[in-house]
Order: sequence, then structure tokens, then C-alpha cells
Amino acid sequence: MSDRLAVRKTYKLYLGGAFPRSESGRTYEVHDAKGHFVANAAWASRKDARDAVVAARGAFAKWSAATAYNRGQVLYRVAEVMEGRAAQFAEEVAAGEGLSTGRARAAVDAAIDRWVWYAGWTDKLAAVLGSTNPVAGPYFGFSVPEPTGVVAVLAPQRSSLLGLVSVLAPVLAAGNTAVLVSSKERPLPAITLGEVLATSDVPGGVANLLTGDAAEIGPWLAEHADVDAIDLAGAPAPLSMELERSAAGTVKRVLRAAPEEPDWTADPGLSRLRPFLETKSVWHPIGV
Amino acid sequence: MTQLFEYAPAPESRSIVDIRPSYGLFIDGEFTDGTGPALKTVNPATEEVLSEVAVGTEEDVDRAVRAARRAFVKTWGPMRPADRGKYLFRIARLLQERAREFAVLETLDNGKPIRESRDVDVPLAAAHFFYHAGWADKLEHAGLGPAPRPLGVAGQVIPWNFPLLMLAWKIAPALATGNTVVLKPAETTPLTALLFAEVCQQADLPPGVVNIVTGAGETGRAVISHPDVDKVAFTGSTEVGRSIARTVAGTEKRLTLELGGKAANIVFDDAPIDQAVEGIVRGIFFNQGHVCCAGSRLLVQESVHDDVLAALQRRIGTLRVGDPMDKNTDLGAINSAEQLARIRELAAYGETEGATCWQPEGELPDRGFWFKPTVFTDVSPAHRIARDEVFGPVLSVMTFRTPDEAVAKANNTTYGLSAGIWSEKGSRILQVTDQLRAGVVWANTFNEFDPTSPFGGYKQSGYGREGGRQGLAAYLQGEHQ
Repeated sequence: MSDRLAVRKTYKLYLGGAFPRSESGRTYEVHDAKGHFVANAAWASRKDARDAVVAARGAFAKWSAATAYNRGQVLYRVAEVMEGRAAQFAEEVAAGEGLSTGRARAAVDAAIDRWVWYAGWTDKLAAVLGSTNPVAGPYFGFSVPEPTGVVAVLAPQRSSLLGLVSVLAPVLAAGNTAVLVSSKERPLPAITLGEVLATSDVPGGVANLLTGDAAEIGPWLAEHADVDAIDLAGAPAPLSMELERSAAGTVKRVLRAAPEEPDWTADPGLSRLRPFLETKSVWHPIGV
Repeated sequence: MTQLFEYAPAPESRSIVDIRPSYGLFIDGEFTDGTGPALKTVNPATEEVLSEVAVGTEEDVDRAVRAARRAFVKTWGPMRPADRGKYLFRIARLLQERAREFAVLETLDNGKPIRESRDVDVPLAAAHFFYHAGWADKLEHAGLGPAPRPLGVAGQVIPWNFPLLMLAWKIAPALATGNTVVLKPAETTPLTALLFAEVCQQADLPPGVVNIVTGAGETGRAVISHPDVDKVAFTGSTEVGRSIARTVAGTEKRLTLELGGKAANIVFDDAPIDQAVEGIVRGIFFNQGHVCCAGSRLLVQESVHDDVLAALQRRIGTLRVGDPMDKNTDLGAINSAEQLARIRELAAYGETEGATCWQPEGELPDRGFWFKPTVFTDVSPAHRIARDEVFGPVLSVMTFRTPDEAVAKANNTTYGLSAGIWSEKGSRILQVTDQLRAGVVWANTFNEFDPTSPFGGYKQSGYGREGGRQGLAAYLQGEHQ
């Protein structure tokens, strides 16, 4: 063993394109599946969540207006950068989820492929979900899917990377910006993913990743007036109902959690894209 | 203002409708007595009581849901899709055949001008059934996977502003996709829904496929909270929509909401002013402004503000307010005393908050519920009349200088149902359309509806779409879709 003293990493939030500590100054201990101490992670607070919403709202106009081709390229770039750090992700997944190296690596591969899959969706959505509407009148009628806005995402608690990517990528592919709360016990892949996003041409503020407790931050996001939708994937059952009820106050779109955390390797289809897309119907005059 | 021309009255005859003194609930294919008390439905133009209608209790709603479940399991669900479609075609045809009857009844119960119920409500209702009838055996092409399945029993609650049309928007897609329905019409406008129940009988629609349970808020709550309802669809106020979303939270029920609006109608300086004025009038005075997508905020480019306003006031001076049964009438009665009070309250805020109120001269009828077409100028975006949905014939006028300012002001609302743009320039229309956060954008027109065009809101105007291929998704489950 080398006698070099290791440089240990300080785990921080990814917010507005930067890596701040929690404004609360709080951290919490992260342990691996065997219970060994791994790191101190930033314990995001209500204020961090609100800052993240501000960042996400600020980034929305540009990201939602980017060409579909551009968004696809940016998401593909995320896959490319992840590929280069696959070993690190595999190590974190293996330790956090208690998986063998092989199974952890398979989860990483699937996560990378999921970015590729969603990268390919960005410029198909309008064709698949939009329409021209043969209205009975002198109008060119058409409907286009548009991003909902700022989406709060409570990432799955168990699947710390594949689950995480499976809920984040569709939100971004549809042109939304995200405020995501990571798995509480297994936050390391989310932290590393933040580093990947920061170096993948994803504009700052488009994806904001908070480590901490969904049960603590979720309620603030669910009632926040500048959050347009919430994905409850990682919310425990009793909380999930509370959050949905709270989200009703601002008519948020709510993607409910499955009773059990699903098999994230399954083909997601459009199930995570549709909930975060609106349809705009346009009546354009025809005449000379 | 004196009228340019005096019109002789041109009253539509009400003899075509036969209103019964009382109505029961339509459950399992038959009219049955409710177990609760009755409510009176009045003609808002005369305050005459038209009929007594049963108030559905929880027990009645349960009976209706059980009938709908039976029909879903035994008849409607297993039926050949093409046959389901044929039933809907039959209904569409019956609505067309009995169009005049429906129009007269709608106007009597709702207070809207006969011209509108005759030319808009009823034909569009028939068109919705005709459109969705064709979908019934083509659902595998709807983009929801190879074999999309119905959800089951749909509980639907609709408002009083377009009673028959909203019924059609709810029932037609639900039935076309193989679901069965328990529908609660609005408390003040139940009659056309009950006449529609007769049409279902005439069409030999299997019992239980459509159930109509009349009543007020409590009945609606019973429908949406019934444990055996799989799908809830609501059109109405944002406030009630929020409470429904709270009730549905934590259940497996699927929910779509079509709620309030505060639409901007944006007039650019290159718009043909006379055409725009017609569109402004149509945007806010159509159906007395009882329209969730009404163009209640007029945004006029500063350079043409004076011209537009003068032309608008001139035009409003020629609008005829009065007897809804008169074929010349432009604005009918406000639907209820309660709604009239709300309009008055918000209009009063307009004046106390510093806006300037303008109304045309002229007398209103002595009986009934009336409110003159009203224009507020000197409106600030912070005023309640610029923020709250009035749901009446009240227009708030504001100005802008640049397209960016127009977009910023148009989007400065918690709602996002609709918007209008008036410009001769197609590229500008598309650019501004792209930036508006609203579910429907009309360019050089307003308040147009078509069953092929998905309708629904952004933001707090609700979620889900009605109409078009996209609207089918609200009533189907596909694999991973």
C-alpha cells in the first residue's frame, strides 16, 4: 500500500451550476451497505430547496427554448462524460446498494444508456405527442407539447443511480428544469452525477441536486408556488399522500410513486415524459 | 347610446320543449326518485321556477356508481368497439335531430342567448359525440400503445356555463374509450343533462353506461370521493379544483381538471382594428363572459389604444342585452343571483382600487339577473380585476409597448388556459404564441372550439386535455405510456 496520504473529498450540493455547502451548515453521515462510514454529505435545508427553485426557474426560459437537437446533444454529452467515470459510479453503487461489482457495473451501464435513450427523445416528442388539428374553420390548427416548468423530483431511495437517472433524465429531456432530492441513505451517485452535469454542457440551474431527506424538503417543494410539478418517486407512502395533498394547493402536476420501487431496468416508454409536458393548441388564421 | 336601428322582437318559441314539473335521477337507464330533497331550477332571465330536480345523496351516488360498474363489467366494457362507436354516432345524430329542443331548453335554464345555444353549444356538443364515435374502434392508433385499456367508472362534475357542451366534452371521450360514467351537472343548470338522459334511452344505450345524478356541492363530493370511481374529471373553478385534487390525493384515481382562467387578448398595432374589436367582444362577452377561457385582460399596444378603445365602446353600444330567447340578443342573463353578486363584488373592487369603469347606456330588464357589458381602463396588473377570474362580462384594459412586454404581462398570472393575439404578421403570431404559457392560443380569433383541438390549461388552469388524440389519454391506460 502506498504511503501517500489520500485527498478526501468534501461532498456538497449541486445548485445553480455551483457546488455550495448547505446554507444551514448541516451535514450527515453516509454509510455503506455494511454500515461503515463513507462520507459526510451536505444535509440540504428548506432554504437550499428554495434557492434551487430560484435557480431552476431562472434556467427554464433558456433551456425550454433551446432547440430539441441541442437538448439532445447536451443529454448525450452527459452519457459520454458518465462513461468516463463509470468506475467511480460503480464503486459508489456497489458500496451504497451492497451490490457485487458486476451488478453495480450493470446498473451504471443501464444508467448511461438511459441518458442516451432520452437524448434521442428530445426531437421526437413534438412528432409523437403533437398534432395538426383539422378544425372546422379557416385556421391552421396544431398542438405542440411544451415543458411544464420547474419540476421537483424526489429521487428513489433504493436505486441510487439507475433510479436517479431514470427520474431526472426525462424531466430534462422534455425541456423542464429540475430540483432533485437524492436518496437519503445513498446520496453519493447523485453527488457524482452533479459533477458530471457540471462538465457536460448542461446549463447551470437546469438540474439542481440536493442531498438530504426527502421527508424534510419534500413538503416545502410540494407547496412551493414556483414549482409546477412534482415526481414523488422517492417519497415514502404516508408522506406521498401528504405531498400530493399539499401540491393540490397550487394545482401541481403530480407523478405518484408506485407502491413498491419499480424495476428501473424496465422500458419506461413515455410514462415519465408525458406527466411533465403540457399541450398547447394553436389556431392560426388562414387567408390572403 | 341610442340604437342605430330598432329591432322588432324575434322571440324563439319555447313550445318545443316540454319541461316536466319534477325530475328524478337517471340511474341504470331509468329515471328514479332521489332519496334526498329536491332543488328548484330557475330561468335566470325571469326568475321563474322551471322545474324541481332531485338532489342526489351519497346513497344515490352509490347506486349510480354500482350501475356504472355493472355496465362496465357486463355490457359496455366487453362490447365490440365498433358497436360502442355506433351508439355514440346515434347519440350525435339524436342531438342534431333534437337540436332546437336542446337549444331552447339550454337558454331557458342557463340564460345564454338562443343564438349562442343554437349556433355554438348544441352543434358543438353533437360534433364532440360524432368525433369521439369514430375513435371508439381506432384506439390502438391513439399513440398509447397497441392495446390501451379503459379505466373503468368515470365520475364527472361539470359547470353551469355550457351545460350540454361540457357534458359532451366529458361523456363522449369517456364512452368512446370504453369507460362508463356517473355525471353530476351543475346545480343551476341540470335540465339539458336530463334531456340528454332521454336521448340515451332513445339511442338504446345499455343501462348504467351513462348515469346522471343531479344536485349541488355535496352530490359532487360524493361522486368524486366514491371509492369505486376510477377516474375523476372536473370542470369548474380553481378553488373547487384544488379541493378535488386534495380529496383524490393518496388514491389510485386518475384526475383531470379544467379550471379557471384570466386570458390575455393581445392587440398589436398592425391588427385590423375592426376585426380585432369583434374578437375582443367575442372574447369577453360571449356567453356573458361565463367562459373559463374568456379574454378578460385586453392588452393593447399603446399606439393604437385610443383607436381600439373608441371602436370597442362604439361596438359595445350596439350590443343587445336582454331576453335570451330573442334571436337578436347578444348578451343574455347572468346565470344566478350568486354569480351576479360575485361579479358586482369584483367590479366594485375595480372602482375602489382606482380603475375607471365604463358601461353603455340602456335599461336592463326588471326581473332576472343582469350585468351590463363593462370595460375597465386605467387598470394596473395588481388590481383584483386584472388578477381574479370575474366569470362575467367585465373587461380589463391594459397597454404595452413592445412584444416582450406584452408576453410578460400576458404570462403574469397564476392561470394559463388561453390567450389571443391580433396581428397581420404571421411570423409575429407564431413567435408570441411560442412564448405564451397557455394551453390554447387563438390568433385573429377567439373562443373557437373544435373536437379535434385539444383543450386545457397550463399552471393553475388545470391539467389534462379534452378533445383531439391527446384528450383520449385522460380515459385510457396504456403500457408504459
